[in-house]
Amino acid sequence: MQPAAPERLDHALLKNYVLDHAFDEMFAGPDDLHPHYEPVFNRFCSLPPGELQRRKQAAELSFLNQGITFTVYGRGDRSEHIFPYDLVPRIITADEWAKVERGLTQRITALNMFLKDIYNEGRILKDGVVPRELVYSCKHFRRQMVGLQVPRNVYVAICGTDLIRMEDGEFVVLEDNLRVPSGVSYMLTNRRVMKRILPQLFSAYNVRPIEQYTQLLLGTLRSLAPEGRPEPNIVLLSPGVFNSAYFEHAYLARQMGIELVEGRDLVTHDNVIYMRTTGGLRRVDVIYRRVDDDFIDPMAFRSDSILGVSGLFNAYRAGNVSLANAFGTGVADDKAMYAYVPDIVKYYLSEDPILQNVKTYILTEPKSRQHVIENLDKLVVKSVGESGGYGMLIGPKSTAAQRAEFREKILADPRNFIAQPTISFSRAPCLIGDELEPRHVDLRPYILYGDKVNVVPGGLTRVALERGSLVVNSSQGGGSKDTWVLS
Amino acid sequence: MLSRVADSLYWMSRYMERAEHTTRLLDVNMNLMLDESGTSADHRWQRMLIALGSPADVVWEGDPYALTDSLSFDTDVPASILSCIIAARENSRHVREQISSEQWHRLNTLYLQVTRPEARRVDRSEPSDFLQQVMEGVHQFQGVSDSTMSHGEGWQFIQVGRYIERASATALLLEAYHDDLWMMHERIFEGTEYLEWMGLLRSATAFEAYCKVYTADVTPDRVLEFLLLDENFPHSVRFSIDTLQCALQAIEGGSGRARAEPLRRLSGRLQASLHYASVEEILRGDVVGYLREIQMQCRRIHRTMYELYIDYSIQTALAG
Repeated sequence: MQPAAPERLDHALLKNYVLDHAFDEMFAGPDDLHPHYEPVFNRFCSLPPGELQRRKQAAELSFLNQGITFTVYGRGDRSEHIFPYDLVPRIITADEWAKVERGLTQRITALNMFLKDIYNEGRILKDGVVPRELVYSCKHFRRQMVGLQVPRNVYVAICGTDLIRMEDGEFVVLEDNLRVPSGVSYMLTNRRVMKRILPQLFSAYNVRPIEQYTQLLLGTLRSLAPEGRPEPNIVLLSPGVFNSAYFEHAYLARQMGIELVEGRDLVTHDNVIYMRTTGGLRRVDVIYRRVDDDFIDPMAFRSDSILGVSGLFNAYRAGNVSLANAFGTGVADDKAMYAYVPDIVKYYLSEDPILQNVKTYILTEPKSRQHVIENLDKLVVKSVGESGGYGMLIGPKSTAAQRAEFREKILADPRNFIAQPTISFSRAPCLIGDELEPRHVDLRPYILYGDKVNVVPGGLTRVALERGSLVVNSSQGGGSKDTWVLS
Repeated sequence: MLSRVADSLYWMSRYMERAEHTTRLLDVNMNLMLDESGTSADHRWQRMLIALGSPADVVWEGDPYALTDSLSFDTDVPASILSCIIAARENSRHVREQISSEQWHRLNTLYLQVTRPEARRVDRSEPSDFLQQVMEGVHQFQGVSDSTMSHGEGWQFIQVGRYIERASATALLLEAYHDDLWMMHERIFEGTEYLEWMGLLRSATAFEAYCKVYTADVTPDRVLEFLLLDENFPHSVRFSIDTLQCALQAIEGGSGRARAEPLRRLSGRLQASLHYASVEEILRGDVVGYLREIQMQCRRIHRTMYELYIDYSIQTALAG
């Protein structure tokens, strides 16, 4: 590791700022600021000491008072936390964004075609591009969806793709979230808080707006309405107040002006879904569901679920109600399937993928498996079915006992794991105490796919707030920042 | 409005009203202990339990502090103040988007005050601080509900919950006092017996209001008349049913249901019977029967309202 330029280091704000091989969002090199970070840097340096902390506290209080919190599972107290907010914006230039946007549009288009294909003719399987057993062994594959006509052929209407920036500054895809991606409410509230806390800085940039997201989302949902329902009743289905993302569900429903419902509010009759209101039953046409497949219909999927709506799947099959996202989309964001996405893009679109993948070892292949087992201390192993940073082994930071445990697990069920090299993804300046320090960040843009594709310019930048940590999940000590895409 | 939301608002409000009622009865009876009285402590505390609907798992064992403690803090007793506040808060959590942030804040603060461990550790022989705190918290919540929440359908369900609870609780309170007071209405009450009357009136926050109407000259028929039939006093049964009726009509108008006929008939009939009753008539007849009839009508209104707005069967809803 080499320290940043002495000139910069002289500044009280940068005493602990180190640069190494990882890409730094602010410094192109020692003593070399990326030009688009200049105003941010100057502004933060010009504020009197203590002022930054004061503003940060004002921001946090504002989150708490608005009830913008999430719940952490498995700590016994089931307490509500605010998602730590970092004051320093993450800035993406217009050119960088243009490429990301094209890449994401390409990817979601291909993934929707892939889902249509595997649930219908299965051409890609016949052509041997994607191994058949990989699809059928995926626990998110829903045989009930086979042969089903899906409105507009939209399987994934709402997607949140996790991107990271490599050492060379290129964005690559780390993960596609095609089931019920969350976090968009933080993207929106971060922006609102930012405008209030640092208004002058914000107006010094030409930041592209993101506030239209909820309207675009509503438009996307409306475009999926069943035939002959010109004024569709759209609802957001939440597992309820105990869900960690309940705040987001309530927030989005309120912003869109649609009803926030739970499974027990909905009833099925003759394959039509109704919601119970004090004015009687009201037909439901489109459901933006934030409940996983497994729990959404005890008749079709897990019978022990009390969060779902009995008969929802049949109503869906009958075409009387639309769902976003459709059932069974998880087969395409399986962490093992991920390795095939570049091939999937080429197969359906005959284009080269614009956004690259991270190198991924499929552990059902004996050669890869052998390599991974021998190099567990250098790799990251992920369980394919888990999300939120759970069920992971980070090789360089693991103990011998943990590695032995994962070795056993991998050998017992290789389909359930993938491995990737440890990537030092980019770091962005964060306010730690009274100083700026670099922390690892990722980026989750939100893609809407209805009658057209919309990628809202920005996304959720998540930060691994612990020094050196690579885990950005909110449940594991991550925070977030406002993300500015410049016009 | 979603039926589930209406249900939560209704119960949030009912539980708050119930917490207030229990709190006030405990406070009044603790206070009465300080004075000599013709009625024994045993009798008074047992009477209070009857007025609270003889809650399961609570028995009078001769220690007023133990009884107060369990009716305040015991979460295994569904009727305890703590249980009521927890239930009210739980209901409000499910409809946080529907109530104002001030309401949520007020209720949540009260919840945090009463559930912190120190709340219970204070000297058991001095429960009045705690009771005072709860009373203020509930009053603030009700005030904030009226002044910060839009008076639409949701607020009307809050009204229904509050006043249906209040009407039945007041009727039950009068019933519990019946044997002691109206059975002997030939007698003249003085001294210690006067305290009993005050206790009853204060159990419904009615003492001052009563004096304004009838002066401090307390007689049994007037107390009954005031708590049952007074038009303007917010804890009287008649006032509660009037307000309830008002709220039900607003809900009916707002949700445009033609099927509300049975509910309208029930509440209207109860309202009319209170409007045109006279206390002499009631006293000549079966007082307990009259009071029980009111409680039964309240239960029937609750049931009918549920069938109409909340727990209706799909078949009837589709047919209607």
